Amino acid sequence: MSRTAEAFHNKKAFIPFITCGDPNLETTGKIVREMEKSGADLIELGIPFSDPTAEGPVIQGANIRALAGGVTTEKIFAFVRELRQDVKIPLVFMTYANVVYSYGTEKFAASCAEVGIDGLILPDVPFEEKEEFAGVCSQYGLDFISLIAPTSRDRIAMIAKEAKGFLYVVSSLGVTGMRSEITTDIGSIIQLIKENTDLPCAVGFGISTPRQAAEMAQWADGVIVGSAIVKLAGQYGKEAAGPVGEYVKSMKDAIR
Amino acid sequence: MAGSRGRFGMHGGQYIPETLMNAVIELERAYDHYKKDREFQEELKNLLEDYGGRPSRLYYAKKMTEDLGGAKVYLKREDLNHTGAHKINNVLGQALLAKKMGKTRLIAETGAGQHGVAAATAAALMGMECVVYMGEEDTRRQALNVYKMRLLGARVVPVKTGTATLKDAVSEAMREWTSRMDDTHYCLGSVMGPHPFPTIVRDFQAVISKEIKEQMLEKEGRLPDAVIACVGGGSNAIGSFYHFIQNKEVRLIGCEAAGRGIGTLETAATINTGRPGIFHGMKSYFCQDQFGQIAPVYSISAGLDYPGVGPEHAWLHDIGRAEYVPITDDEAVDAFEYLSRTEGIIPAIESSHAVAWAMKEVPKMRKDQIAVITISGRGDKDCAAIARYRGEDIKDE
Repeated sequence: MSRTAEAFHNKKAFIPFITCGDPNLETTGKIVREMEKSGADLIELGIPFSDPTAEGPVIQGANIRALAGGVTTEKIFAFVRELRQDVKIPLVFMTYANVVYSYGTEKFAASCAEVGIDGLILPDVPFEEKEEFAGVCSQYGLDFISLIAPTSRDRIAMIAKEAKGFLYVVSSLGVTGMRSEITTDIGSIIQLIKENTDLPCAVGFGISTPRQAAEMAQWADGVIVGSAIVKLAGQYGKEAAGPVGEYVKSMKDAIR
Repeated sequence: MAGSRGRFGMHGGQYIPETLMNAVIELERAYDHYKKDREFQEELKNLLEDYGGRPSRLYYAKKMTEDLGGAKVYLKREDLNHTGAHKINNVLGQALLAKKMGKTRLIAETGAGQHGVAAATAAALMGMECVVYMGEEDTRRQALNVYKMRLLGARVVPVKTGTATLKDAVSEAMREWTSRMDDTHYCLGSVMGPHPFPTIVRDFQAVISKEIKEQMLEKEGRLPDAVIACVGGGSNAIGSFYHFIQNKEVRLIGCEAAGRGIGTLETAATINTGRPGIFHGMKSYFCQDQFGQIAPVYSISAGLDYPGVGPEHAWLHDIGRAEYVPITDDEAVDAFEYLSRTEGIIPAIESSHAVAWAMKEVPKMRKDQIAVITISGRGDKDCAAIARYRGEDIKDE
């Protein structure tokens, strides 16, 4: 079992997301450590991109703040190396294809493995384009995470069969961001996935409250939360670690 | 790269969220069906002719030819199309296709507003709802087109993110499409984005080179020596080049917007200053920094103010079939004024980039040679901005 899949072992996993460098890496470091202490099972670290086409306004804002603060892919690798001195839970990068491609896909994967990253999520790389990234990732022992959307339908089997680590189930149409309700029939999507793979399924997009998390955890093996946390980071700036930690604890408690 | 579709050499592909995959697959299937459907083609032909005003004229620019003293200059008058630009060729095709697919709503991005106006026009004609995403900066530069879109019944959404220009309008239209695709077709305006858009838009614009070829054979009994067009995403250029790609003796010249110069950061000359990347659904050349952050590009021309270029152009560049040359704001504005004075034709500031290349290079060509410049659109929309560029403030913009 890969390290990312292990995060789901015998429990429902809570997976928070944070944009690296919003507003600086020192703050991100404090937030990540607080997340781990508060019960996070795996953390998604966002490498900011200038034009994040899958993100709603909240995470777009974090990307802008982080880039304005001067963060770069290089600095984030150094940051993760430092995190790994004490942070033990699995870490995956969430970014856009161009950040990886422009760095050099192989060099990027090698650096990930070297600093202790366990997987990679690229929301603008669907099944049809994954080989140029997934191939290199598996060479360096990284899980290239596949996404399944409410519109995937007859594509689910094909995607699930080649998936690695866990399946990222997108809860709703549209971009990332908090939603008052999730109307997609997540249960039947997850059932279809499970017919094709033994890998765990984590649901993300739009989840912000403990009630929503508990509801998703009825069917899913894990719950991913991004915008609600990034919103706290935006609101509290350099003092965000405390409030984010409390929030993560409340979400983890809701799915225990 | 098993399964990867829509490649032009290494460029192209479908780099989009999983949520959109079935929508582009559905679009590809529908297009493959209707492009062979005689009834669809007949309907489109009638629309292009009776509504769009095709074929557009190939005009011998006698005064310009005499003044430049080199090759014979012909102008392909896409500016005379309904809505004043080549954009209508693509939009009528896509709107008709969307209608056949049962879609009731069109969304579109626009830079200069020409594609937005064309999309709003087609939506009005076909009884469809239309929402146009336009960078807030561009809504200021092209206020007249914003009014036209509203007049035609479309809703214009000013996009405030990023540089608030064309790239951000594309991002926002893609985001909107991700949230609503059952009844909505994304009517992309250029030969860019994920497959099948670069192919669909190229096919609908290829009518330009098909006509140039026929008209040139009729007027001169031979093919031209050079075809010149401006390139942002590159739809009028690919349309002008397409039927000449196999005719190796015809030089194909794409004029990129150099803004304040390719030595500065204020440029949008993608092939001249960019490098390979992945953005807006495609692999191609992009202006970007060393970590792959997309550059905030600049050009006086809102329609060319884009950090990427269509994947087929990237490929034509790679194989050396087409030449991509940078033209600065200053050169384009000079050409805008030159064509107005010399031929009584006010070209769009986008098309003026192609005219500018001709002003520099046609004098070096032989008198028995022929150059065709595609005038992709008319320049009325640019008059206020060019007046401002020259330090003159005209109120009625």
